[in-house]
Amino acid sequence: MSELLKYPGMSKVDTLSPEEKAAAHTRRVFLFKLAVGLNAMVGAVLAVPLVGYLLGPAAKKRSDIGAWVNLGSLSDFPVGQTRLADFRSPMAAFNDGETGKTSCWVRRISEKSFQVFAINCAHLGCPVRWFSESRLFLCPCHGGAYYEDGSRASGPPERGLFEYKFKIAGDSLLIHAGNLPTLSTEASCREKPLVQIEAAEPAEAANAGMPDATMRSTTWQG
Amino acid sequence: MAGLKISKWLEHRLGFIQPLKQAAEHPTPSNNASWWYVFGSAATVLLMLQVVTGILLALVYSPSANEAWTSLNFLNHNVALGWYLRALHGWGSDFMIAIVLLHLVQVFLFGSFKFPRELTWMVGVVLLLLTLGMAFTGQVMRFDQDAYWGLGIGASIASRVPFVGADLVHLMLGGPIIGGATLSRFFTLHVFVIPGLLLAGVAVHVLMVLKHGVSDWPMPGRLVRRSTYEREYHELTLRTGLPFVPDAAWKDAVFAAAIIFAVMACAFFLGPFGPSGQPDPTIIQTAPHPDFAFLWIYAVLAFLPPSLETPVLLVVPVLAITGMLLLPLLAGEGERHWARRPVAVLSVSVIAVTLGIFTRLGTYTPWSPVMDAWSGDAVPVKYMHNRSPLEREGAMVLQDKQCRDCHSLNGEGGMRGPKLDAVASQMTEDQIVRQVLQGGGNMPAYGNALNPAETKALVSFLMTLRGHDLQPAMNASRELLRESRMEQTAGSADSAAAAPEKAGQQR
Ligand code: FES
Repeated sequence: MSELLKYPGMSKVDTLSPEEKAAAHTRRVFLFKLAVGLNAMVGAVLAVPLVGYLLGPAAKKRSDIGAWVNLGSLSDFPVGQTRLADFRSPMAAFNDGETGKTSCWVRRISEKSFQVFAINCAHLGCPVRWFSESRLFLCPCHGGAYYEDGSRASGPPERGLFEYKFKIAGDSLLIHAGNLPTLSTEASCREKPLVQIEAAEPAEAANAGMPDATMRSTTWQG
Repeated sequence: MAGLKISKWLEHRLGFIQPLKQAAEHPTPSNNASWWYVFGSAATVLLMLQVVTGILLALVYSPSANEAWTSLNFLNHNVALGWYLRALHGWGSDFMIAIVLLHLVQVFLFGSFKFPRELTWMVGVVLLLLTLGMAFTGQVMRFDQDAYWGLGIGASIASRVPFVGADLVHLMLGGPIIGGATLSRFFTLHVFVIPGLLLAGVAVHVLMVLKHGVSDWPMPGRLVRRSTYEREYHELTLRTGLPFVPDAAWKDAVFAAAIIFAVMACAFFLGPFGPSGQPDPTIIQTAPHPDFAFLWIYAVLAFLPPSLETPVLLVVPVLAITGMLLLPLLAGEGERHWARRPVAVLSVSVIAVTLGIFTRLGTYTPWSPVMDAWSGDAVPVKYMHNRSPLEREGAMVLQDKQCRDCHSLNGEGGMRGPKLDAVASQMTEDQIVRQVLQGGGNMPAYGNALNPAETKALVSFLMTLRGHDLQPAMNASRELLRESRMEQTAGSADSAAAAPEKAGQQR
C-alpha cells in the first residue's frame, strides 16, 4: 500500500477485516455509542407521556369518580317495597350509547330510610333480580342469593350486595353513583365499604341539572 | 421459458426464492410424514382464514358502543353474505382453538417438546394464550348482552387483585364503567395488538421448527439426551429423509382443506353467533353466558367455595401457565413415547375429562335458578290427587314462594337445590320445617318470607311427596324417646316394687 491515498475516503486500514477496522476506528465507535445513548434518552422522554396516556384511566383520582344522580320522586317508591330504578351513569361519556345506562334496586324501608343496591352481583357482577314473594335477590349466573336487606343468603358471593349512598332532596331520591360496582370499586362508597343504611339526611343540595332517571315497574315486583 | 426468465430476474433482486424453496424441500425423517403431524399447519391456515375474514368484517363493523350491536345486525340482515362472513369468522375461531389444543396435546404426548425444541414449545404456549385472547376479545366485539356482562365478569375478576384491583378495573374498562372506551380498547387488542403478536409468534415458531426439524416419531426406549440427540436426528434424516414438500406436506394440505371445508359447512348450515340482546344494562332479564371455549371457567366459578374464590382465580392461572412454560426445562430429556410416560397420559386424560365435564355443565347451568319456573312450571297433577285442602294450599305456597326456581318436581323446575319428588321419604317433618325456616346447606332461610300458616301448609304438602309411596322418613331418636316414655308409663305401675331395687343399684 503506497503512502499516498489513491481516492477520497481511502484509509490506511482498508486492508483490515471489518472487526479490526471497527477496533481501529475508536472515534466512530465512540460516536456510535454516544448516538445509541442519545436515542435511549430520547426514547425515555418520548415514553413518559405515552405510558401516561395508556395508564390515564387508572390515574383518575378516586374522589373525582361519581356524582349524585336523581332516581325520581319519593312517591315512586312505596314503603315496604323494592323496585328497579334506571338512571344514566354520571360517568357516561358521549360514546357510551346504551351502556351508559344502568339500574339499581331501591328498597324503601320506611318514610325516610332506604337501601339502594347495585344490580351487579357481588360475586362476578351479573344482574341480580328481586323476587318479592320469597324476598330474595337471585343471580342468574352462578345462583347467588341475597336477602331483602342485601345480606348474603347463599351461593358463591362472599358478601352482601353493593349499596349506593343515598340522600333525600325535597321530594327526590338521590344516589351517589360512579364506578361499575365490583369488589375493589364498590358502588362509590369506598370510604365506607359494606355501608349499611345511612341515616336520611335533610334535604340539602338543590339538584338542578341532575341527570334524569326513569322508573319502571315490572310484573315480578310486588 | 419466459416464466423461468422472470423468476430468475426476480430472484436476482429478491434473493429469497431459493432459500424458501430449500426450506420447503428440507429433508425430514420419513417416520414423521404422518397424519398425526398435521395440526400445526392446519392452525396456521385457520389463522390466515381469520385474518382474511376479519379484514372483510372490518369493512362494515363499527367499533363504537353506539353502533357496534346495530352494525352486526346490519351485517347479518342487510349486507349481502354478511351473515356468512360473520359465521366463517365465528366458526373459524372455535375450530382454531380446537386445532391449537389438539396440536398441543399431540406435541405433549409425543414428547416433542423435549430437547432441542424447548423454546418452540414455550412460544407455542404463548401462541395458545394469544389465541384464547383473540377468542375473548372477539366475544367483546359482538357487544351484545353476553359481551356486556362478560366484561363485567372480567372486571370483577380483575377487581379481586390485591392493592391494584381498582386500577386494573379502570385500565381494563378504560374508565369507571363499561362503555365506548371499553369497546375501543378491546377492538385495539383484537385487531392490532394480539394479531400482530400472533403473526410474529407464528413466524418465530415456524422458523424454529425449520431450524430443528420436525420431531421424529417417538420410540419406546429411545431416550432424548442433550449430548446425542441432535447427531441421532441428523443421521436419521440422512438415512431416511424425505423432502418435506411434497412427501410429507400433502397430508398437511389435505387436512387443512378438510378443516376449512368443515368451517365452511358449519358456517353455512349453522350460521353466525348472535348477536344476542342489545347491550343495555337496564335489561336485567338475562342469563349471560360466555362462548363455548370459556364455558368451563363459567362452571368452575359456580362451584368454587367463596373463601377459595379469590386465591384460586388469581393463583391457579399463574401456576398453570408457569407450569406449562417450564415443562420442557424440567423434563427436557428422557423418554418421549407415551407408553413410557404414564403421568403424562394420566394428566392429559384427567384434564380433558375435567374440561369436558365442566363444559357440559356450563351448557345447562344446573346451579342457576330457573327464574320463571315458579310461574311457568305447574305442580304435576298426580301430586294434587287426593290431597287435603291444607295440602293443596301448601302446593300454592310452594309455587308462590318461588321454591320451584331451585327445586324441581317431576323433572320441571330449577336444579340448584335437590328435587322434591321424594322429600318426605328423606326428611322428617321437623327437619323440613327447620330447613325451610332456617335454610342452610346453600339454601336461604325463609323464616321472614313465610308466615306460620303458610309454613304449616307448605310442610304438609311436602310431607305428601314420598316418591313411589315410599315409607316416610322417620326420626329414630324420637321413636326411641316414645318407646322409652311408654316403658316409663308401663313401669310406673310397678314403680313401687322397683324403687328399692334401683336405690340398691345406685348404691
Ligand atoms: S355473578 Fe352472581 S353468583 Fe356469580
